[in-house]
Amino acid sequence: MRESTIMKIHYGTALAAVALVAVHILMRLTQGFAESLEYESVLANYKFIPYAIMLELILILLAVHGFNGLRVILIELKQGKMYEKAVSYGCFVAMIGLIVYGSRTIIMTNIGMI
Amino acid sequence: MTSDEHKEGIRGMANPRRYGIERVAYLLMRLSGLGLLAYFVAHIYETSNILRGQVGWDEFLELTQTTEGHIFLTVVIGMCVFHTVNGVRVMLGHGGVGVGKPGRPDYPYDPASQNYRHKIGIYSAIVLAAAAMMYGLAVMFGE
Amino acid sequence: MAQVSSIAEEQTSTPISSSKSITLRIAKYNPKHDESSQFMEFSVPYEKWTTVLEAILEVKKHFDHSIAVRYSCRQATCGSCGMMINGKPKLACFTKISELNSNVITVEPMSNFPIIRDLAVKFEKLFDSHHKIKPYIIRDDSELESDEREFLQSPKEVEQYIQFANCIKCGLCNSACPTMATDSSFVGPQALAQAYRYVADSRDKGKDTRLKIIDESHGIWRCHFAGSCSQVCPKGVDPAMGIQLLRGYLLGFRS
Repeated sequence: MRESTIMKIHYGTALAAVALVAVHILMRLTQGFAESLEYESVLANYKFIPYAIMLELILILLAVHGFNGLRVILIELKQGKMYEKAVSYGCFVAMIGLIVYGSRTIIMTNIGMI
Repeated sequence: MTSDEHKEGIRGMANPRRYGIERVAYLLMRLSGLGLLAYFVAHIYETSNILRGQVGWDEFLELTQTTEGHIFLTVVIGMCVFHTVNGVRVMLGHGGVGVGKPGRPDYPYDPASQNYRHKIGIYSAIVLAAAAMMYGLAVMFGE
Repeated sequence: MAQVSSIAEEQTSTPISSSKSITLRIAKYNPKHDESSQFMEFSVPYEKWTTVLEAILEVKKHFDHSIAVRYSCRQATCGSCGMMINGKPKLACFTKISELNSNVITVEPMSNFPIIRDLAVKFEKLFDSHHKIKPYIIRDDSELESDEREFLQSPKEVEQYIQFANCIKCGLCNSACPTMATDSSFVGPQALAQAYRYVADSRDKGKDTRLKIIDESHGIWRCHFAGSCSQVCPKGVDPAMGIQLLRGYLLGFRS
């Protein structure tokens, strides 16, 4: 993939995540911070499908943005064909791993597998 | 990178003292980005405790709902707001927005790209981050 | 290796006769046989108009002729005398001692450039990167026929790039850049600003070629708009502006 395409994704994920994370945080504040973190409240959030979809989107957007940011920092710190390949693949695998792990929480809670 | 390249290295890259507020913003952007990624990974792990049922969730919540936990979350709020506001500024700059127009430079050659618009953007990011941190503290410790 | 000397008692052909003096610390290092650089200290008198280069040349003339320093025009035109002066990259011929507001002036070779000896550094990588972005007008009909006129431009078209044509390839921008501090493969602000200089030239048709060259993992995207390059440029080139305007083409903000 061309670097310009990767960086356009980087900017796009950032802007989309800002909007969705704002909604996520506002939900904590409108419900009252402590109350919103209670077990029943969090469970209700996960079971509400639009909210669960939003959490999944935030997970994907931030994982893509965050691990690409980490890749950028790491390839600027050290160079070398093998190292850069390892960083790129490593960040990609970590990103997929985090998305899978987070999705597991969202999906299992949403369908009531607790 | 070999030693004979005479690179400044990480210490030079991370030194915020020599080139004004823009270089400070560059460093804070990096640090807040790394901090937020670490928090994001921890947050995904933290919320996965809901799969352990109410007991597991409450156990983990007890760990985070402490004074230290609230202070940590306040720092995260600050990093998040700074990274967002400064990120928007940097993105606009990357598109060529607000970086000035090319023209014949005159002595003493003040660079047009380092203008007040971007400086205001950086200071706004810092002020908004501080304000959000104070609001966060009020919300978390006020309850 | 350090020594403290006084230049005031010396008879010189171009004497600096002043009661004011500073301590000039010069980094001495020969990569062939030195483990690390060491500083030699000299007490140098100065006038309001004395430049750092003049002070170095006084020391070289009277105390240590072995000090390696590259210079030529002495008027910020050739771009030869770039060095770290009190921790910041500057042209020694363009920096007056009186402007530094310090009793101690430390001069070191420019960061992010391999050292040849003492204050002289290698420019091969800078010139290679500069060459890589094709720093010339690209068009099919570049050869003029005898009955043709040169390519005309309006003053407005000239203003689009003339600022960037002031680059003297002194390397100060590359020395100040935070990415260059760690990234050996980064093309650097000097070459990127020059890429914009030619892309913005109405006579040039090589935009797509150049954008392709800089759109790689150590190309334009490794610039994070810290702006240090523009702050140290002695000719008002403002590489940070050129780079962001150039990136505007890749992001679709400009066509």
